[in-house]
Amino acid sequence: MKTWFIMFALVFVQSTVQAQKCNGVISGIVSDYHDKTILEGASITVVGNRELVFYTDDKGFFKIPGLCNGSYELEIYHPECQTVFMKVNLETSLDLNILLEHHLEELEEVKVVGNKITKTNSAVEETLDVKTIEQFGSASLGDALKEINGISSLNTGANIVKPTIHGLSGSRVMVLNNGVRMQDMEWGAEHAPNVDVNAAGSISVIKGASALQYGGDAIGGVILIEQNRFQKKDSLFGKTILTGILNGRGGKVNTDLVKTYKNGWFVKGQASFKKLGDQEAPDYILSNTGVNEIGASLHFGKENFTSGWRGSYSYFNTEIGILTASHIGSVDDLIRAINDDEPTVVEPFTYSISSPRQEVTHHLGKFKYYKRFEGLGKLNVQYDYQSNRRYEYDIRTGDDKYKPSIDLKLTTHTLSTDFKIDSNSDYKMVFGVMGRYQDNFANPDTGVRRLIPDFEKMDAGVFSVIQYDLGNGLNFDGGIRYDYSKIDAKKYYRTSRWEERGYDEDFSDIIIRETGSSQYLTNPVFDYHNVSGTLGVKYKPDNQNTFTLNYALSNRAPNASELFSDGLHHSAARIELGDLRITSETSHKASLSISKEGDSWGYTLEPYANFINDFIYLEPTDVEYTVRGAFPVWEYHQTNASIIGLDLSLYSNWTKHWKTDHKFSLTKGKDTSEDEPLINIPAANIRNKVSYTTPWKNLEVGLESKYVFKQNETPADIYVYSPEAGEDVLLEINSAPAAYHILSLNSSMDFNFDKSTLTVSLIGTNILDVTYRDYLNRLRYFADDLGRNIILQFKLNY
Amino acid sequence: MLAFTGIVLTSCSDDDDPVEVNEEETITTMTVSLTPDQGGSIIILKSEDSDGDGPNDPEITVSGNLEANSTYSGSVTFSNVTEDPVEDITEEVAEENTEHQLVYIHTGAIVDVYNLDTDDDGNALGLSFDLDTGDAGDAALQVVLRHEPTKPNDGSLSGTGGSTDFTASFAVTVE
Repeated sequence: MKTWFIMFALVFVQSTVQAQKCNGVISGIVSDYHDKTILEGASITVVGNRELVFYTDDKGFFKIPGLCNGSYELEIYHPECQTVFMKVNLETSLDLNILLEHHLEELEEVKVVGNKITKTNSAVEETLDVKTIEQFGSASLGDALKEINGISSLNTGANIVKPTIHGLSGSRVMVLNNGVRMQDMEWGAEHAPNVDVNAAGSISVIKGASALQYGGDAIGGVILIEQNRFQKKDSLFGKTILTGILNGRGGKVNTDLVKTYKNGWFVKGQASFKKLGDQEAPDYILSNTGVNEIGASLHFGKENFTSGWRGSYSYFNTEIGILTASHIGSVDDLIRAINDDEPTVVEPFTYSISSPRQEVTHHLGKFKYYKRFEGLGKLNVQYDYQSNRRYEYDIRTGDDKYKPSIDLKLTTHTLSTDFKIDSNSDYKMVFGVMGRYQDNFANPDTGVRRLIPDFEKMDAGVFSVIQYDLGNGLNFDGGIRYDYSKIDAKKYYRTSRWEERGYDEDFSDIIIRETGSSQYLTNPVFDYHNVSGTLGVKYKPDNQNTFTLNYALSNRAPNASELFSDGLHHSAARIELGDLRITSETSHKASLSISKEGDSWGYTLEPYANFINDFIYLEPTDVEYTVRGAFPVWEYHQTNASIIGLDLSLYSNWTKHWKTDHKFSLTKGKDTSEDEPLINIPAANIRNKVSYTTPWKNLEVGLESKYVFKQNETPADIYVYSPEAGEDVLLEINSAPAAYHILSLNSSMDFNFDKSTLTVSLIGTNILDVTYRDYLNRLRYFADDLGRNIILQFKLNY
Repeated sequence: MLAFTGIVLTSCSDDDDPVEVNEEETITTMTVSLTPDQGGSIIILKSEDSDGDGPNDPEITVSGNLEANSTYSGSVTFSNVTEDPVEDITEEVAEENTEHQLVYIHTGAIVDVYNLDTDDDGNALGLSFDLDTGDAGDAALQVVLRHEPTKPNDGSLSGTGGSTDFTASFAVTVE
């Protein structure tokens, strides 16, 4: 803290004080802004004179004697508060009433190790630091999050990475980007979050639905991507990160610049560009796996303690090639792909991206205003706008060759407000309301029947969360939330499909008309009323040990894909059918966390159990014949499921320089109605890391081993009729690939210059160039996973 | 809240129905015509699935029996019957002949399929062909249209590669 004092003292020298000769007095009381708690031990320094430091007593009182008349600047500091500077004019005596902001977490400043600030009281959560974010800045959000124990990902190749929390992903995982719930068509298995990792200040994961203020349907969990708050001082700073990536022969450049002012104004601009060509497995090129990505964001506003506002805009555009060999025209192609060791198409390396590919653009605009009410709390009001445009290009012929097969535009407006009462030091309470309107437009110009129809969706939510400090390190929390959601779609059904689904019996009243080409235009409108709740306790008897126990009840309304999917999905060679009869799913999740954070060693043990009623999932049911052959039919069904697991992590500081980290994660998913394993549950894995750090040039070297077990618990494979073989053949679509072990290396070093710091990092992944396939990669049937990759990164802070 | 309600109202007032999509490039129908070289009636083998990837199976019809120990000249056409008028897709296959190939798999009393027409590069295309029958008995003929095949190839399905645009198996009696 001394350095802080000196720094501020140097910056704010304003007047020279000649003490001892006069007899003016400044006295006062320092207390908390919210609840008026007396602050003992706050230091009051007369800026410009380091010898004049005074402390408040147990009544919060201080007195600075022997001052001459004139103007002074005082610095008031308390370890748990935001430091305050004030200018005063002394005429013989002055009595001050000084209010300090006593909740550092409110300020969301860059998090300090050992001073963990959490988003919830008792839910299991973990935060990625800036260093890890920067290290994975050239990869994706999903890759960065996998550093957290219990987080895996559902991949479509190496570039489409959907985060999976305790075995659940998609609509069950909420992504909050800068306080805005991402509406980026998360319903699709091959739709990754449209987020530029480099734009994040911090990324936290809440493993469960306990963060009710953000939503009640995050059965898997919540990913919070946040911006840093800026300090109120006149400053200009920034950083540029230049990354070279060997596998894919490309790189990424990211730069940001921040200008802050003492009066609370700030502006931050950030931009990034990434380009990769075809990536490589150890034995061959993964043809058409290039990626182009552009991200940019702008934040500006004026944030003071009592009130403030912030406007933000971010843009994200990505074009992703999808492995050519994964294009499937018939079930025989799929059988062939599964049986062949090598992909059916391997071309020479290229930077160009051809079909199949996706192109997605996401715009996000946000305006937020807050105001604090002395002795009461803080009001937040936020409006956000999102536009998500998705094109998916299949391999097509003739005039349609360059037309997308999927062209969707999802527009979302959200208005939300909440009020946080934090004036009482015993409890804090937040309540709020949210309203959202969403419009999905499926462009008919594709010439392909819509997989997802046009729809309008309205959501409204109201919640209240309370946290109560019971004393002796014991904290209780509870919350309740109600969500209303209404979806109003206009969808064409083939009359044959309508009857096959049995909708002619249950839904004949929603038909608007029949068209000339045997399709019904229908207008399905569904309402969902959902209640969610959470209860938990945290016990922190000392600085090292923490115990938390949390229960969350969560309800999720079905998404557009689960209700309306209808058609052949080429990338999976299957006909996917939603069901209009699907209802909300209900999850009961209990999680326990026991952790110790000591100087020499520590551990975290997190067992959990999630019981989901009416769990919505896709399962193979039948085979349908088309002119292109037979296709397995996958229907959305509901069942009861349980997901039980354990995350264990351990660290040990062997010496001042050597440290080891150990992580183990186990997830077991079961369809309890049918008594069989759930699909796409991550395999158990063990990670061990040894690292060496030294203050000399901040050198850090780490070697990590990751062993992923074979997933032995998978649903049964299916038999399909093969036109080529002329008989039913076993399609090993559910069998998991073998266990694998990969090593990765990371190292970094700082070089200090006059006013800037250069950090050079060298990262190697899969350094032994091991051939492997991962169960949660949807392209595992077609090709091996990535081979060795070397990443060289230069970061310049200025 | 008022601003929000405003947005909802303006957006809701747009009550136009979405435009219907009829898949244009779909092939619904394959027709194989077998003309006996020695004269006689033309045999038509047809597979038609008018609901595309809908639940109805393709309808397969064979107009009659083939004669034993004969040679037939075969030709194939493709069309989309969901279009009005019916769209002929044969032309498109013929135009993009280097990107297409028809593969013929025969069993039983059909003893050979040969003499396939060729594409611009001189490789097999298969829109026309010759077919020999053997002694009387049951036979099966599978006709597969492959898109972007590996050319040249050995004429087998696995050797041809590419993706399947249309496949149909016809059970035929040779008498």
